Amino acid sequence: MNYNIHDILFWGLSAMAVGCALGVILSRNPVNSVMFLILTFFAISGHYLLMNAQFLAVVNIIVYAGAIMVLFLFVIMMMNLNADVEPQKGQLVQLAGVISGGVLFLVILAAIKSASPIEVDKSASQIGLIDNLGKVLFTKFVLPFEISSVLFLSAMIGAIVIGKKEDTHIINK
Amino acid sequence: MPVNSTHYLFLSLLLFSIGIMGVLIRRNAVIIFMCIELMLNAVNLLMVAYSRMFGDADAQIFVFFIMVVAAAEVAVGLAIIVMMYRKVHSVDINILNRLKH
Repeated sequence: MNYNIHDILFWGLSAMAVGCALGVILSRNPVNSVMFLILTFFAISGHYLLMNAQFLAVVNIIVYAGAIMVLFLFVIMMMNLNADVEPQKGQLVQLAGVISGGVLFLVILAAIKSASPIEVDKSASQIGLIDNLGKVLFTKFVLPFEISSVLFLSAMIGAIVIGKKEDTHIINK
Repeated sequence: MPVNSTHYLFLSLLLFSIGIMGVLIRRNAVIIFMCIELMLNAVNLLMVAYSRMFGDADAQIFVFFIMVVAAAEVAVGLAIIVMMYRKVHSVDINILNRLKH
């Protein structure tokens, strides 16, 4: 066997990511979909660790699995969605959707399969570590970083304004 | 066969296609939103893979910004879905076809 630990981990994490992604779109219960999506994010974080992008692996778990998926779970449980009230598309529409996605996959695959592969160098690279990324982020990308804080502020205000209950008392007057 | 860039290309393309299929075959607005997150993550994975192979940190910073935008998008999008649920008491996107008529 010429497989080393890196390759075995790659195939294991890939199988986990694809299997859980299929679970997201195939499971009837929305709560199960959220759980499968969290597992997919953990698999992708494992890929990041495998590529020695430690900062992004940690941020992926904290932001996606920790914050975003909790929001999804919170909304789903607040609306009390379950498999019984899950709306279903017709068989024909589902088949058309799967065929369209598969055709897109095949077309892009045919377009890129001739691209020359680049070997992953197994030597530990330093670019994904937090001190290097911090230096790049606060020198070269400092303006986008500051603008993203304004984006967050506007998104927060927007979410509050949209989500606020309308004052029906005033409207009824 | 040792792992190279083509493997990461195939993996993220597969995840992206699964996300697109999910958007096309589901009617629940929350699930469709989750499939969009899946597509964003597939792109992130490919960006990190290429940043590793070319030894350039810029792509990882871009992944960081994609995560920032995705977080903002989720906050606003879920607020819109909650608002929609309050109005029509459903998350079925087929109800939201009033512009068609």
